[in-house]
Amino acid sequence: MSSQENSEENLPTKQDSAHGAVAVADNPFADPGLPPHEARQQDLDDRTAKRSERTVALLFTVSMLATIGFIACFVIFPIEKIVYIWPIGKVSALNFSLGLTLAVALFCIGAGAVHWARTLMSDVEIADDRHPISAEPEVKAKVLNDFKQGAEDSVLGRRKLIRNTMFGALAMVPLSGIVLLRDLGPLPEDKLRHTLWGKGKALVNMNTGEPLRPEDIAVGSLTFAKPEGLEEHDHGFMNEIAKAALMIVRLQPEDIKDKRELDWSHEGIVAFSKICTHVGCPISLYEQQTHHALCPCHQSTFDLSDGARVIFGPAGHALPQLHIGVNDEGYLEALGDFDEPVGPAFWERG
Amino acid sequence: MSNTTTAPADEQRGKAPAGERVADWADGRLGIYSLAKANLRKVFPDHWSFMLGEICLYSFIIIILTGVYLTLFFHPSMNEVEYHGVYAPMQGVLMSEAYASTLDISFEVRGGLLIRQIHHWAALIFLAGMFVHMMRVFFTGAFRKPREINWLFGFLLFVLGMFTGFTGYSLPDDLLSGTGVRFTQGAILSVPIVGTYISMFLFGGEFPGTDFVARFYSIHILLLPGIMLGLVVAHLILVFYHKHTQFPGPGRTEKNVVGMPLMPVYMAKAGGFFFLVFGVIAAVAAIATINPIWTIGPYRPDMVGTGAQPDWYMGFAEGLVRVMPGWEINLWGHTLVLGVFIPLVVFGLVLGAMAVYPFIESWITGDKREHHLLDRPRNAPTRTALGVAWITMYMITLVGGGNDLWATHFHLSINAITWFVRIGFFAGPVIAFIVTKRICLGLQRRDAEKVLHGRESGIIKRLPHGEFIEVHEPLSQEQLHTLTQHEQYKPVEIGPTVDENGVERKVKGGEKLRAKLSQAYFGEGTQIPKPTAEEYKEIQEGHGHH
Ligand code: HEM
Ligand code: FES
Repeated sequence: MSSQENSEENLPTKQDSAHGAVAVADNPFADPGLPPHEARQQDLDDRTAKRSERTVALLFTVSMLATIGFIACFVIFPIEKIVYIWPIGKVSALNFSLGLTLAVALFCIGAGAVHWARTLMSDVEIADDRHPISAEPEVKAKVLNDFKQGAEDSVLGRRKLIRNTMFGALAMVPLSGIVLLRDLGPLPEDKLRHTLWGKGKALVNMNTGEPLRPEDIAVGSLTFAKPEGLEEHDHGFMNEIAKAALMIVRLQPEDIKDKRELDWSHEGIVAFSKICTHVGCPISLYEQQTHHALCPCHQSTFDLSDGARVIFGPAGHALPQLHIGVNDEGYLEALGDFDEPVGPAFWERG
Repeated sequence: MSNTTTAPADEQRGKAPAGERVADWADGRLGIYSLAKANLRKVFPDHWSFMLGEICLYSFIIIILTGVYLTLFFHPSMNEVEYHGVYAPMQGVLMSEAYASTLDISFEVRGGLLIRQIHHWAALIFLAGMFVHMMRVFFTGAFRKPREINWLFGFLLFVLGMFTGFTGYSLPDDLLSGTGVRFTQGAILSVPIVGTYISMFLFGGEFPGTDFVARFYSIHILLLPGIMLGLVVAHLILVFYHKHTQFPGPGRTEKNVVGMPLMPVYMAKAGGFFFLVFGVIAAVAAIATINPIWTIGPYRPDMVGTGAQPDWYMGFAEGLVRVMPGWEINLWGHTLVLGVFIPLVVFGLVLGAMAVYPFIESWITGDKREHHLLDRPRNAPTRTALGVAWITMYMITLVGGGNDLWATHFHLSINAITWFVRIGFFAGPVIAFIVTKRICLGLQRRDAEKVLHGRESGIIKRLPHGEFIEVHEPLSQEQLHTLTQHEQYKPVEIGPTVDENGVERKVKGGEKLRAKLSQAYFGEGTQIPKPTAEEYKEIQEGHGHH
């Protein structure tokens, strides 16, 4: 083997009996060669072979019946029929019957083929030679020579000007493809910095669609809100709600530890972005004793009585707070947009 | 056939059976006889672990078949529609067309639900199969020359499979998968400098936008499967070309391949196995519901369910993100979101380590020879220990990916699990490495023992002076050969530092590193010297076998 020439000293010598060389006569570990073939019952006894044949044919027949069953189930069961199957529970009759008949039809073909191969086809092991993957030196020499000839014929080596401009052209032409990708999306600019919130926007209950009054916010419960004017049917609702979703809780003002949080609250009512600052899941759980809000995705926990700072989990910074007050009609309103980007952090966030 | 050239062709054609005539026709255009010459009776060695790759191939085929069916009914659109289909609980709910059409596939297309389930189950099995198949190749050293490139093809298939699966389960646009997409977008945002740009370009603007389902769709059904199909074909061509590896045993050498011929045995077994795999997946799909999107609801970026979990193959990334402390560095008006970006990088590095391993090992051994006989894992203790260490790291992180589930099911605190995973991520692999290596050496010692003193027969003999001993039966030559045929490398030394003229040579850093690693792989205490024929004979002649 040509590829074996460069083996180094640290390598074991491959010439021991294991690797194809002739066995040394008195080596007890020498390769005795392929063991003799052991006949199966089917090879010796025609009755056993016949039985195997019948098993295979039976499996193939069951498969045919199962396919007929599949078609029958398709026709018979209405798609909305639900049945109770122990121990799985309530399932769609159609899905269940189609699945099982298909499974049987397929499985029996497989089982039949494998049984046939194992019991009736010859199981005499045969050996094939391997040949080294690398080419013989003469082949290699010829190829290199051909290549050299080809390269010379192309005059690429001598005509530097052709070569350089060609490489230049080939290197530049893919740029068009990259430029074409430009309109995949807009530039980020300051899109991630603004939400629909702004001075005078009323806080609207997410569930009822009604503007919220301070009295509506009970101690201990988490209320979700959206900016007034944003409706589910609106074009762009998803993008806006992904940033503007708000959660509101009522605390005792004396429980609020953070000075700014207190300033931005109204009678102990505080409003924070609902979007987790980790990777953006909506926060959905609140524990009233501890004032902790929990993100169900990776369990980041925020202390809503202390500026919503992170007290556990992978989130990297506090939830942004919305400065709120009450308007002339007694409804809760925002006194501005969030003063920092909501949601996950990013390079330009600063 | 030597006279065909002279005899008029027509005369021959009349007599040949129809099958042969068709084959002749094809041969005249495609040269199929020459192709079949080497391949029809091609030998395939048999071992249960060689079926793992087949499972991957078959589940891939099943995925393509069922996937094409799904495209006939699925609408990759994020247009908002009000649902008025047959599924009562969702009446009037606003949802994307993608979600609505997935409901229709599940409730209005007869058999649609079954195909969806088969597609999803096959995807899970496809990835699990690739993972285990990769482990088989790793632990038996089947990645060694000449198969390194095929290892890379396989590795790429695994990685692309992960992304194909991810884009696939994002298509229905349900609350669970949408949460996963949001996670991905948040992770993309963490990439320094270009994160926001990538996010805007991928989603056609801000998250979620109205484009990603359509874009994921073309990635999911065209781009990635196309590449994967090419890789699968290349992978198989190389398997054919290199011929399959085989486990050592009597009559099996580096220069031959022992097994059953492609036609008929392997065809029947492999072909049959396809139907077995398909049948099992169909049964699973009938019995076990996966991804019941109708109970989850359509995606809304301001809503979430609890216990949000990705498919298993993404659990590793999920775990890394969950247990990482939330580090964020703000400098000069910029934010470095290490808490998310580091997991992203580690994810790539851990996977990448697998990709480059064959090249590292061959550099350390300096072995340029072809290897077609597989290693028994115990005979390559350092490699085996490294592999187990890698799996340990992967599995511990996977546990971290489900930290909330562990916590609720076993009443543990999330904090405790998080710390377990953090410490385990570093300590687990080290412990696994040490333990595995010991086990390998123990097994090697036992092999040596068996070779020299025979196998315990379970028969107790009483010696004249009253002592009881167990009779040891000598091994057959087949067994002796199998247990002693493996090679044992010696560590590489740094060559002489002074050349023949007495001039000092500078030893390069790479050379030093290689010698160190080689020492760690093959030096003191890393392998039990295998018994020599002399030792064996001495014992056999000396005190016979007791
Ligand atoms: C190659 C590996 C592939 C993997 C791992 C994969 C995986 C998945 C998964 C996990 C889903 C979610 C199914 C659900 O629970 O609803 C999915 C959906 C889908 N896949 Fe694939 N898939 C692959 C290839 C393909 C191909 C080749 C096609 C089509 C030619 C396809 C077409 C679809 C369609 C149309 C859907 C959405 C329909 C639905 O979710 O019900 N997939 N895929
Ligand atoms: S998104 Fe909230 S903890 Fe990860």
